[in-house]
Amino acid sequence: MSNNLYQMIARAQAEYARCIDDDRLEEWPDHFHGRCIYKVTTAANHREGLEVGIIFANSRGMLLDRVSALREANIYERQSYRHILGQPSILSEQDGEVRSETPFLVARILQDGDTDIFATGRYLDLYRVEDGEVKLNERTVVCDSSRVDTLMALPL
Amino acid sequence: MAQRQEMPNETAAQAWPRDGLTRIPYRVFRADEAYKAEQKLIFHGPSWHYLALEVEVPEPGDFRTTRVGDTPVIVTRDGDGEIYAFENRCAHRGALICLDNHGKGKKDFSCVYHAWTYDRQGNLRGVAFKDGVKGKGGMPDSFRMEEHGPRKLRIATLHGLIFGSFSEDVPPLEEYLGEEISSRIERVLGGRTPVVIGRVTQALPNNWKLYMENVKDSYHASILHLFFTTFELNRLSQKGAIIVDESGGHHVSYSAIDREAQKDAEYSKQQLRSDSQYRLADPSLLKGFEEYPDGVTLQILTVFPTFVLQQIQNAIAVRQIVPRGIGKTDLNWTYIGFADDTPEQRLTRVKQGNLVGPAGYISMEDGCVGGFVQRGIAGASDQEAVLEMGGAEAASSESRVTEASVRGFWKAYRSNMGV
Repeated sequence: MSNNLYQMIARAQAEYARCIDDDRLEEWPDHFHGRCIYKVTTAANHREGLEVGIIFANSRGMLLDRVSALREANIYERQSYRHILGQPSILSEQDGEVRSETPFLVARILQDGDTDIFATGRYLDLYRVEDGEVKLNERTVVCDSSRVDTLMALPL
Repeated sequence: MAQRQEMPNETAAQAWPRDGLTRIPYRVFRADEAYKAEQKLIFHGPSWHYLALEVEVPEPGDFRTTRVGDTPVIVTRDGDGEIYAFENRCAHRGALICLDNHGKGKKDFSCVYHAWTYDRQGNLRGVAFKDGVKGKGGMPDSFRMEEHGPRKLRIATLHGLIFGSFSEDVPPLEEYLGEEISSRIERVLGGRTPVVIGRVTQALPNNWKLYMENVKDSYHASILHLFFTTFELNRLSQKGAIIVDESGGHHVSYSAIDREAQKDAEYSKQQLRSDSQYRLADPSLLKGFEEYPDGVTLQILTVFPTFVLQQIQNAIAVRQIVPRGIGKTDLNWTYIGFADDTPEQRLTRVKQGNLVGPAGYISMEDGCVGGFVQRGIAGASDQEAVLEMGGAEAASSESRVTEASVRGFWKAYRSNMGV
């Protein structure tokens, strides 16, 4: 495994988190490529192989729809996230595909200032190496807890 | 302010407003006394409470833990193939008997504190050092194991749903539900083998009754939940109705494709341009398959006090509502597929999972709106909610612009609580 690859993944992770935390949701789908698989689920579902979690997308269109629903349709109190990411672990590297796991902690800040640890968990990612870059093809967000406080509006 | 009517067996502080079902005193969402009384009169009273799905405990020794109100409960299947449920509380000093939330191959349940051991039906079978050590210590001769044990629940199953009750007085489940409600459960689950395809718990920042009001409230659906409207997914060619059972406590709200009207709508769509600028980029989310021959695409069914069965297109789920104190509620979602689903059908259910749950396009608002009420009424314990949409009755209705099923909830609530 090259240091270069590790750095590329760490950079991609940081840019992804900044995009959400900076409320640039319109750019969030651009972080996905290829099959654009994005799932948010719980550790219990993931362990038991249960398919339905909290969010599921398997096309760029579904990612775009998530954003436009949040912007135009869904009603929730104004809130923001702060993602704190751990170091990525590279699990496998083969034929230009890299699987990695990265732990995260997300604080949710509500408009009245209440700040809570909203979610902890890990990103299970599949990147493809293309043109000297890593491109996120699949992200499964596995939340450690099976409980979600109130609602999950913004993506993790 | 409405005049208060003194009822027998209650203090002035608990008196219900005179206006029957159209005024709900906000204190019932905030008063600890109300919460305590509900635990006794509703959760240990003559009601049936959803515990689990039969497929979640398929074999002898399988178990799940859950709660009926505040009371922790173990649900098991014994060697005779029958389902049993008993309080998850050791008869000795009150510790939880079972710490895991599910498991398999359990021969008995042993409390970790002093190893008092129970069989799979909740009978006390062993007490560590019962006869003492070397003739010293031990339980007195008068101690009889059969006189001690956690409280047991009566069990009834219906189309794969397991219900339990602490009450000896509750009528049989099908009588409790009535023919109309039972047949609407059968419509979704009857003769089929469900498969659990996911679970999640949503922690709601509000009293449990505010969620039950919300789920029975067909008035809010097109107002609070804008997903269908924004993306112009509302079909005018839908007909529907509300069913409220005689007790008031159970309800069904449904809508179906009106095939005649659909033809007209399809026709007029050709001539009309839509004013909405929003379209789903990937409309496959809503491309369901025809699962039910009656054309019903949405059916929300509740069983008093805390059970919901949902069919929203091909997204099927049961929801169990568990109070966690006066202002907190757990909403347990169990998503269901069926054993004979094709891979394409299963993928449809997975995609339509986006409609519901904590991030659901048409349900996330329900996670926060109860909290808006809980916070809104913080200084208003002497004030009342108004429930007059569609009249003052709690009866079935062809219009869904009504609060009839919400009034029905309060009818059943008052009857159980004696207020």
